[in-house]
Amino acid sequence: MSLRTPLGAVRGHGSANSGTGHFWRQRLSAIANVPLTLGLVWLVLANLGGDYESVRASLSSPLAVIVLAAFIVSAVYHMRLGLQVVIEDYVHGEALKFACLIANTLFSAILALTCLYAILKLGI
Amino acid sequence: MTHSDRGAGRPLSPHLQIYKPTLTMMMSMAHRLTGLALYCGTLLLAWWLLALAGGAESFAAAQAFFSGFFGRLILFGYTWALIHHMLGGLRHLVWDTGHGFGPAQIEWAARATLAGSVVLTLVVWVLGFSLL
Repeated sequence: MSLRTPLGAVRGHGSANSGTGHFWRQRLSAIANVPLTLGLVWLVLANLGGDYESVRASLSSPLAVIVLAAFIVSAVYHMRLGLQVVIEDYVHGEALKFACLIANTLFSAILALTCLYAILKLGI
Repeated sequence: MTHSDRGAGRPLSPHLQIYKPTLTMMMSMAHRLTGLALYCGTLLLAWWLLALAGGAESFAAAQAFFSGFFGRLILFGYTWALIHHMLGGLRHLVWDTGHGFGPAQIEWAARATLAGSVVLTLVVWVLGFSLL
């Protein structure tokens, strides 16, 4: 016999109240990160030793802008989820834990916006 | 229930210092540590992109840092962390399907991840120097 309410069972959120959403998003962004990271490495290698004009011209192509922007969105999202788990594992005081979780999210958002600003500026 | 005074004097469950270190344990820690390193390393990418968007002068300053010894050391570490975390992540994706949990398979995957991360990092850097 289960003590769970039928509604709770249907929602399937479990004791953490967030279900498998975190797990699934981390996996989804991980899969996206694989080709995007290879794209980033390729872009960096292709521009090694280049002067300002040539690097700028290379990274302003539509493909480079889209690969860089997609990498930033996926990687920053992934790293925010990852650090969230680390904080939940090691920071035990409720107040400090929530402060860290909020700081993690805000830092990630600002970092992503900063990078996207620079990337879009290159592309326009 | 979680107040620390309620656990005072009770036996603790075995923790890290009780177990003999194993390769798979080290790889698990390395996966988390490389993840943390990449978190900080993203700041370098942000700096480089901002410098490039900012103009020739700021780009030259960033390039001077990244082409110096210290900058290259950091980039080499970043490359290894990136590749190690990616290979470790691929291992996790295989585990997510319910496969690869046999003792021999787990040991093999740990060694392959470690060796693969070193080899691929060197490949990227040899490729980089040959393009320079």
